[in-house]
Amino acid sequence: MSAPRREVASTPGRTVPAGDHAPQTAPAASHPLLETRGLTQRFGGLTAVADLNLRVQAGELVALIGPNGAGKTTVFNLITGVYKATAGEIRFDSVSIGGMEPSRIHGLGIARTFQNIRLFADLSVLDNVRIAHHARTGYGLADALLLTPRLRREERRVMEETLALLRTLGLDELAGEKARHLPYGQQRRLEIARALASRPRLLLLDEPAAGMNPHEIGDLMEFIARIRTEFGLTILLIEHQMKLVMGICERITVLDFGATIAEGTPEAVRADRRVLAAYLGEPDEGAVSGAAAGGGDGSTDDPGDPHGRRHDPTDAGSAS
Amino acid sequence: MRASPLLQVLRAWTGRIQRPFLRAGDSLAAQRRLGLVLLGLLAALCFLGAPLGLLDDYQQLLFMYAGINVILCVSLNLVNGYMGEFSIGHAGFMAVGAYASSLLTVRALPEGGAWLGPVAVLAGGVAAAIAGLVIAVPSFRTRGDYLAIVTLAFTMIVKSGLENLEWVGGGRGLAGMRKLTTLPWVFAWTVLAVAAVRNIIYSRFGRAIQAIREDELAGLLSGVETRRVKLIAFTVSAFLAGTAGALYAHLVLFITPRGFDLLKSTDVLIMVYLGGIGSILGSVLGATIYTALLELLRPLGVWRMVCLPLLLVLLMIFRPQGILGLRELPWLVPRRDRDAVRRRGPRGSDEQGRSSVSDATGDST
Amino acid sequence: MTYLLQQLLNGLQLGSIYALIALGYTMVYGILQMINFAHGDLFMVGAFALFVAASVLGLPFVPSLLLAMIATAAIGVLIERLAYRPLRSAPRVSAIITALGVGLFLENLVNALSPYPKHVPTLLSNHSWVLAGVTISSIQIWIIVLAGILVLGLDLLVHRTKVGMAMRAISWDRTTAPLMGVPVNAVISLTFGIGAALGAAAGVFYALAYPIIDPYMGVMVGWKAFISAVVGGIGSIRGAVLGGLILGAVEILVAAFLPSTGRDLVAFALLLVLLVLRPHGILGRPRPVKA
Repeated sequence: MSAPRREVASTPGRTVPAGDHAPQTAPAASHPLLETRGLTQRFGGLTAVADLNLRVQAGELVALIGPNGAGKTTVFNLITGVYKATAGEIRFDSVSIGGMEPSRIHGLGIARTFQNIRLFADLSVLDNVRIAHHARTGYGLADALLLTPRLRREERRVMEETLALLRTLGLDELAGEKARHLPYGQQRRLEIARALASRPRLLLLDEPAAGMNPHEIGDLMEFIARIRTEFGLTILLIEHQMKLVMGICERITVLDFGATIAEGTPEAVRADRRVLAAYLGEPDEGAVSGAAAGGGDGSTDDPGDPHGRRHDPTDAGSAS
Repeated sequence: MRASPLLQVLRAWTGRIQRPFLRAGDSLAAQRRLGLVLLGLLAALCFLGAPLGLLDDYQQLLFMYAGINVILCVSLNLVNGYMGEFSIGHAGFMAVGAYASSLLTVRALPEGGAWLGPVAVLAGGVAAAIAGLVIAVPSFRTRGDYLAIVTLAFTMIVKSGLENLEWVGGGRGLAGMRKLTTLPWVFAWTVLAVAAVRNIIYSRFGRAIQAIREDELAGLLSGVETRRVKLIAFTVSAFLAGTAGALYAHLVLFITPRGFDLLKSTDVLIMVYLGGIGSILGSVLGATIYTALLELLRPLGVWRMVCLPLLLVLLMIFRPQGILGLRELPWLVPRRDRDAVRRRGPRGSDEQGRSSVSDATGDST
Repeated sequence: MTYLLQQLLNGLQLGSIYALIALGYTMVYGILQMINFAHGDLFMVGAFALFVAASVLGLPFVPSLLLAMIATAAIGVLIERLAYRPLRSAPRVSAIITALGVGLFLENLVNALSPYPKHVPTLLSNHSWVLAGVTISSIQIWIIVLAGILVLGLDLLVHRTKVGMAMRAISWDRTTAPLMGVPVNAVISLTFGIGAALGAAAGVFYALAYPIIDPYMGVMVGWKAFISAVVGGIGSIRGAVLGGLILGAVEILVAAFLPSTGRDLVAFALLLVLLVLRPHGILGRPRPVKA
């Protein structure tokens, strides 16, 4: 693995007090790749994200977990610019991206997938990926109308890169198929391919294992690990499948009611009382750690989340 | 058997009309040849038909109407079909193009020479494009039906505004144009318009336009500046509608605001959905068939306009995708796209495609 | 001042008619998210049904009105059944195109059956009173009062009855409503029926005020009513009424103070300006974006 900096995660069981990031800043001049400060999002009376301070170092693989409606997808929507935050700041590679247009944020190197797959269903696999090249393809409308050599050159480059990417992800045989005709697992994979097409530095995965069986989750874990090295990615993922979260993530942030209630290594989080309380409503030692430890059976926490106790309109996808 | 090659090729050509990203087969060369031959014949007919006396005035007129309708249809398909928005403003853009070009030829440059024809058409296009841009900026602030409503209002405003402008003839209309629109010109402009839309569709802009139809948010989060792309598509579409309006004005030589009411927009909509959204060949067919149907049903008198809407409703119920919804003639697809997907896909091409491929190869050996 | 009041009264009369038609647009939109572009032509059908009832069957006003409403409601239900229901799961555009087709069909069918404009016989004796300089005719009173009763009745139906609750449930979530025991198809049919009946009533009132009717009378009035619905916030019943009254007043005032040909221009310009300022209409609510 490309040496993730682990300072932040070094204190086991540490829960992050709001606004406190002084002590563990790295000795080297390393600023986090992604950082949110006091990030808050309100929808009417509902506070979906409350004063979130999230730090993701370059190269890390961090999980965002929490009961349904905890505001996880809202965090993704804020980072990618779908929502404009009510308050707070988001920095990507030291650049403040709060309030930027989503397409510009994408251009800076943040790509994502969706909880409920959102592909361009009636377009080919090829076009699904090529669309992500749109902003980085260097020709204008006049070139398009006149089929200039520049268009041909750029289109050839995009085609080569796209086919290479599809080959890497094992989708090249399906290049001509409509996205809607792919089996579910391949659709998930295509969504990741589309996200990778823009060579992002930060990849946001929203429940990549949703709807998968334990075997498929095993494959997915390998797949994530592989693309992480191959593409030099930093990954932030939302997941309910404890097997995946505990298996590959270096650090976990637990959200409840939009606020961070725990942060740390998988071991530390598993032992945190507040996490147990959030998931079960009652402090009950053993239940989550048992569930988490036994996460290998893959039975815990399907997207229907047995612990989900409220419906959050902002956690979209669960509804539609 | 010697007589059959043409038949074979014809069958191959018609049988291969399918999804744009198909695995092209060997029949493609034959298709392309036949396509070019047909286009050449049509060009010859359009350029030589009148001088050689092959087409009488009425037939020429029909061909020109068909061409103008093809321009309207492909351009509206860009917005309503490929982009998945719903504009009903084509009559308005046509009116802007018709009036702008007519004012140019009647008032500003009444002495113009042979160059005036194309200049007038371009002027009509530019005027309509400007109107399109003005309309597009507020319409795309919100999603869904608002484009329909704004373009509806736009069409009404153009019509009612022209009626109130005595300077352009008001409700009585504008006349005095010279007959600058001839069959060769209509043919040339139609080919240019179809080529322009086709080239856009198979560029990064076309893919972005279709991304907006499929899932606008996913497009935005994949780096497509959706607002810019919408403006581009809408402006191009308005431009082409404007050129069609200019051609029309210099064909009929007398235009009134009433000629560009919503019924005209509805006509174009019918052509688009008859031919099928997201298909260039579909639009060409839709416009041609509709133009022909209007003529063929003329003996029905007042009942003609009862039958046509009924046909439209039946079409929507039994074949909502139109004749060729989301399908395309393979040789309109750029070669690099076809090569990229050639012989990929475990499921292979559909039965029809495969059999026509084997037909063509079997015949040649 | 009295001139202004007089014009406002005339505007109220026209606005009541727009409001009744706008209700049909907004109800169908609310429940199916579909713009029923054929609705303006149901207004025309209502006026022609009145003509048939009054001059062919020789019925007096109230039975003619009821007959026109019932017949048009039946046609509205039939259109939904035959043309729209098969498309309910199809892309929304198919339904819109179908509606445009149905509208053209109705116009041209009536045109083929009755090519010349018809004169509706006088059904109500017309008295006029002058009140503080403002002339009020009995027809105006009939129109405004009856329209008011219909609007109030609809509002009660939608907000106070079980059927109304079912309508609101379907408009809120059409996939869940049947799970709660709401008979979706019946309620949708009823919505079309009520919308068509209100449109027919508007057609009747229009024919009382302007007795020459023709098959294409529904086109422009229909579009204007549609604009009223949008101005008020499409999907909102009170918005449709408000929008209708505003548009009626604006149009009459424009005609009173500016060259009368500017009416349409101002009406549509008003729509554009409003949409830029308030994209969801006066009483409409935006639907949240989901990601």
